[in-house]
Amino acid sequence: MPTEREHPVVPQVLPIAVEQWARGLTRWDAFAVLLVLGVLIFLAEASRSLLEPLSALEVTPLSLAPVNLPEYAARTTLRMLVALAFSLLFTFGYATLAAKNKRAELVLIPLLDILQSVPILGFLSITIVFFMSLAPGRVLGAEFAAIFAIFTSQAWNMAFSFYQSLRTVPVELVEAASAFRLSPWMRFWRVEAPFGMPQLVWNMMMSISGSWFFVVASEAISVGNTTVLLPGMGSYIALAIAQKSLTAVAWAIGTMLVVILIYDLVLFRPLIAWADRFRFEQEAGVPPPRSWVLNVLRRSGIIALLLRPGAAIWGRSLRWSAVGAANVRSKSRNGRRTGDRVWTAAVVIVAAAALWQVARFVMQELSPPDVGAAFALGLATLLRIVVLIGIATLIWVPIGVWVGTHRAATRIVQPVAQFLAAFPANLLFPVVVSAIVAYGLNPDIWLSPLMILGTQWYILFNVIAGAAAIPSELRDCCVNLQVRGWLWWRTTALPAVFPYYVTGAITAAGGSWNASIVAEVASWGNERLEAYGLGAYIATATQNGDFHRVVLGIAVMSLFVVLINRALWRPLYEYAERKFRLG
Amino acid sequence: METSVAPLLQVQSVRQAFPKPDGSQLLVLDDLNLSLAQGEIVGLLGRSGSGKSTLLRLIAGLARPSAGSITYLGSPVVAPAPGIAMVFQSFALFPWMTVLKNVQLGLEALGLPEDEIRRRALSAIDLIGLDGYESAYPRELSGGMRQRVGFARALVVHPNILLMDEPFSALDVLTAENLRTDFLDLWSEGRLPIKGVILVTHNIEEAVLMCDRILVFSTNPGHIVDEIRVELPQPRNRLDPRFRDLVERIYVVMTARPAGSRRGAPVGERARAIGLDAVLPRVSANLLSGLIEAVAGDPYHGRADLPVIASSLHMEVDELFPVAESLQLLRLVDIEGGDIQLTDLGKQFADASLDDRKKLFQRLLLAHVPLAAHIRRILQERSSHRAPKSRFRDELEDYMDEEVAEQTLRAVIGWGRFAEAFAYDDQSETFSLENPT
Repeated sequence: MPTEREHPVVPQVLPIAVEQWARGLTRWDAFAVLLVLGVLIFLAEASRSLLEPLSALEVTPLSLAPVNLPEYAARTTLRMLVALAFSLLFTFGYATLAAKNKRAELVLIPLLDILQSVPILGFLSITIVFFMSLAPGRVLGAEFAAIFAIFTSQAWNMAFSFYQSLRTVPVELVEAASAFRLSPWMRFWRVEAPFGMPQLVWNMMMSISGSWFFVVASEAISVGNTTVLLPGMGSYIALAIAQKSLTAVAWAIGTMLVVILIYDLVLFRPLIAWADRFRFEQEAGVPPPRSWVLNVLRRSGIIALLLRPGAAIWGRSLRWSAVGAANVRSKSRNGRRTGDRVWTAAVVIVAAAALWQVARFVMQELSPPDVGAAFALGLATLLRIVVLIGIATLIWVPIGVWVGTHRAATRIVQPVAQFLAAFPANLLFPVVVSAIVAYGLNPDIWLSPLMILGTQWYILFNVIAGAAAIPSELRDCCVNLQVRGWLWWRTTALPAVFPYYVTGAITAAGGSWNASIVAEVASWGNERLEAYGLGAYIATATQNGDFHRVVLGIAVMSLFVVLINRALWRPLYEYAERKFRLG
Repeated sequence: METSVAPLLQVQSVRQAFPKPDGSQLLVLDDLNLSLAQGEIVGLLGRSGSGKSTLLRLIAGLARPSAGSITYLGSPVVAPAPGIAMVFQSFALFPWMTVLKNVQLGLEALGLPEDEIRRRALSAIDLIGLDGYESAYPRELSGGMRQRVGFARALVVHPNILLMDEPFSALDVLTAENLRTDFLDLWSEGRLPIKGVILVTHNIEEAVLMCDRILVFSTNPGHIVDEIRVELPQPRNRLDPRFRDLVERIYVVMTARPAGSRRGAPVGERARAIGLDAVLPRVSANLLSGLIEAVAGDPYHGRADLPVIASSLHMEVDELFPVAESLQLLRLVDIEGGDIQLTDLGKQFADASLDDRKKLFQRLLLAHVPLAAHIRRILQERSSHRAPKSRFRDELEDYMDEEVAEQTLRAVIGWGRFAEAFAYDDQSETFSLENPT
């Protein structure tokens, strides 16, 4: 190493955040402290009763009094946040393992693909038995089951996006990290995690939006003889249904609106704005997302001060990891190849054994005609979904294109559509169901729209995004050439939004399968409505504690979802990407 | 600068090959020898695909050679060595870190104490002229400032050897010159904490401007064809006749054997040698016509000095050579001794109307590009007059790797379309003889 070079003065004042806390309190501090304290109090309040015995739930039964709604909303939100924390941990572990280890990847990625297609609400009933046995007689067990259900609705796509990011870290960054000999720990936190962050945050937010639905569905659980009503919005609505109280349903809807608005303000926007600095490529001319909550936190000296010890420990862990950094080892290729073969064989054997187990379990009680019946039910549900997606397409594509090509309209409608996608549609079910009961309508037809009530918005906001992304030069060109009317739709608008539409339709269709489990069976007081379909089959089997039929129903539904994804959506998506993606 | 006896770095008989899908080997570098002495800037000059960047990555320890050895200060390089730092073509800055954090990264990886990290980072930032930008994010900076961060990040670890992978090629002309001059000033004044530099470039003038020794690379497989010493004192003047002579000499070297021994052979032998295994560069028909028009017009009138026409067209070697060679392949020009000259056919092409140009181009394409003739023949033989692209891709992949095969097919599709020799539908990936009429 060369000796120290002569150098002028090293500047003492650093233009970074550290100096901020020397400057005394500001109004931002007041804001920030209030924000942080509010969150802490909320968490403490909501987690107070976790260790109480189950019987405590019966001592303090749920009440439809609106006074209780803030507490219920808080608990529901807490479940969501805990599940999110687990999902993040899972993502970092699972996706990293899959991206770094070829053999693990071989198993983990197809598994993730299947897990994404399994109807979460279906296996809620199976997991609850397991979690209740972990903490027998305590609220904690039921809480775990609910949290697990929420976790399963969040984790898969987060893990998948993070895995994709890890696989696509730009080669020059990887080379720079190697050339400067970063330790694996440093490499993960300095290079890989930041690179994947914008995608991960975006998927996290989509997960949360999607999982409000499952929070609500997983709080009021009844399996066979066990019925648990965890205090929360879902149980509140279940009680409202049992007591036929439309007023209470209205209160619940109102509360949920407020909760989602707060979530948008305090979590969604700050996180998206924060993650923007990790974006690798910046599109020119697109203003970066902003959030005043994030600004308050960033400008507050106190927050910076509170974060300092954590940051210091963090930095130290990175440096420590550097000292023990090992050199890259190269393995012999031949040994590896044999190992790969053995590994593949082992995976195949285990998979076959698992399949055999499932088949045996199901066939113990059920016969081939049962399987046939399940398939017929699956076809009925499929028909519903096809028709509903078709109707939603006819309605939302023209509207979405119009909105997307009008800047002012986009600015208003886009957040509303995203908001509606986050709103748990199952809170609205009682309104529809009570109407069906009151007018004596055919449940086979009129229960169907419930399936798409919450998921149709994905079509709308994706189409809006697609239409808004049509380059202005292309639009000017159409005006210049007098391309108008149907010709314009056929040659410009529809091809341009097609890839976006496909993305939206995939999400909407996938969500509808899941929703069918809660939508095809509905009750209002003592009235029970049931449509002919696979969702109703799974829901009924769950209520009866008939695990054989639950497993069969889930297996058939997963098969339908996987087959449709492979045979229809994936080719369509690839075609759309290849042919119609602009730019 | 004094040259000590022991070289900093020694590369001996290095060979790099990658396995192809069919199990055979694709040779990228063959029998490479190179040494870097103290106080020396060595340039690796060649066109893309000549393996110079591959060699740099081997030296950086980012990959291991298939055979041969790389020794740094007496010990073999098997992983990124401390004391060898790299500057990247695309800067490779971490967009989520400030300038300061980016520069500190290499020091953090060394596990140094925090105050030393900061002190050294700030002094490197100061040295490279980034004062005041410490808290900026890379996206806020211009290309030139970004590459300064790249330099500071490499220098801060006090490396013995600095590897530079086309560090100025992503910058505009003025910025690149400014950065080169600043770097050379610091180097000449001995203010850089480095003992030797290896610079990869495809810019001939840049190599002559900066290097003490230039190793000229050729392709198929990558190997060194010539070593040129630059004995001009720094700072060098681009207009100095000796400077121009060196540039001219390198042009001659690079055009004499433009793409390996196969293509470098005289025309008669070449025609026989080129079969389906010829790699075609992706050069549009517009560029081909454009260069012919440029050479035919004022002030060249059919014969031009390559360095002169390159600089007047603002084309780098990497851009100009593929065009010139494609024209040579089609017998529209001759390239000799660093000059490009229109053949009679070339002159005819220059004077022709668009329709006649297309007819001439079709004739030459089918006569001199075996792949084009092959495609045309297959299409004529088949009763449907259609053939899938995969058919030809498979054939090509017997001779070249997937990516190159795709590039070659893309090139022949472009030329075939211009010549109206055949049509191609990208949706169904099929060739046909039907042109919409």
